[in-house]
Amino acid sequence: MLYAISQAVSLLLSFDRGLYQVIFLTFFVSGSAVILAALSGVPAGTWLGMQPAPKVRWLTRLIYTLMGLPPVVGGLIIYMLLSRKGVLGLLGLLFTPAAMIMAQVLLVVPIIIGLTAVAVRGKSGEILDTLRSLGADRRLILLTVMRESRIGILGALVAGFGRAVAEVGAVMMVGGNIEGHTRVMTTAIVLEVNKGNFAFAMALGIILLAISFLIYSSFYRLLSGGADE
Amino acid sequence: MNNTNTEIIAISGLIKKYGSKEVLRVDKLNVRRGSITGIIGPSGAGKTTFLRILNLLDTPTKGELCYFGRPVPSAPEAKLTLQRRMMMVFQKPALFDMSVSDNVAFGMRARGFSARETEERSQSVLKKVGLESQGRQRAKTLSGGEAQRVALARALVLEPEILLLDEPTANLDPANVELLESMITFLNSEYKTTVLIVTHNLFQARRLSTELLFLYQGRLVEEGTAHRIFQSPRHEETRSFIEGRMIY
Repeated sequence: MLYAISQAVSLLLSFDRGLYQVIFLTFFVSGSAVILAALSGVPAGTWLGMQPAPKVRWLTRLIYTLMGLPPVVGGLIIYMLLSRKGVLGLLGLLFTPAAMIMAQVLLVVPIIIGLTAVAVRGKSGEILDTLRSLGADRRLILLTVMRESRIGILGALVAGFGRAVAEVGAVMMVGGNIEGHTRVMTTAIVLEVNKGNFAFAMALGIILLAISFLIYSSFYRLLSGGADE
Repeated sequence: MNNTNTEIIAISGLIKKYGSKEVLRVDKLNVRRGSITGIIGPSGAGKTTFLRILNLLDTPTKGELCYFGRPVPSAPEAKLTLQRRMMMVFQKPALFDMSVSDNVAFGMRARGFSARETEERSQSVLKKVGLESQGRQRAKTLSGGEAQRVALARALVLEPEILLLDEPTANLDPANVELLESMITFLNSEYKTTVLIVTHNLFQARRLSTELLFLYQGRLVEEGTAHRIFQSPRHEETRSFIEGRMIY
């Protein structure tokens, strides 16, 4: 383990162009996927969390089920859409970072919707009544409930990012792990394991975790606004 | 309560059911403009449900509700306009995670008041509830009494025509109770605000109310002037409740 850590540090300090390209692509793909998923998932989850539970019970069950969508199945769906005979085949996106982003959005959206809905439901009862009594319109109600639930929503985004950055099946399927083009940290780790370079694979894993830690920390500061301090 | 042209709320045949269970029935009731109506009754009598229906937070299963001589509109915009003429203060104040001033100003901003008027009125109301020095404080750090004063200030600043209060002084110390009660009577006398207040405190109902409603097991059992009901209730349940003999 210590060897893996020292190798991780030396890898980072080597300023190897290929490694930094993989790191950049990893966080570009997963970051883009989470941003796109959040744009639709947070408002949708807020709406879901504000509805009376019996009214949306089937939709909620469906979302919870999709939260556990296996990455390879998500990847397969996007693969079929983007393959030459697929509905979106003409776009020629298969084995590109755009395809990887699409696959990760598919995996992350249900997580963000589901966890945002849980966060909002835990907060919204009295707040919703107060907002309605104060005469807030629907837009203001939605924005205020989102603001009041921001710590829970932050949790949803963190979970979504965690899912995206750690998954390998979907990006492997639609990205193809092409060196210098679609190779990301997880697919690089799988490749190194297959080659028997366990220490190197572990070093890549440590780098992935360390950078994730930095991203989560700034994420937390930004969204919590010091609410827990 | 006589049916006169001063009535602000008129109710007929109101029924609220949850599933097949009837939780509220008010056959006929008129609320006079500028009155303070105390709503008393044991727990589970339907008092909060009644206030929520009056604030349009819940929809009755049956019956007609008229405000200012007109039935509740079905169009969302018109309903919002009507809702903005009243305000409800809940037993547990749900303050937003922002400063005290921003909480008080929230309703005015939602209604599109100018920044200057919002600031002036918010500061004035904060002064009235004794919180002018805490305007910048985060609302979540306030004590229970202070939080309830902010919730009341948030309602007062809007100068609503109808103020609905759901046990606003429950769990407050006597000084805060006195302050809140003085604010309610001030609003009623100064702006002729019609007040409906749910309370478990019969002394408070006696101090504040001009009219009184007694709800029992989801039914409006008795209504009339507070003086008359406290002096000579017509129903045995009412007498039993106000004399403290009702076990529930």
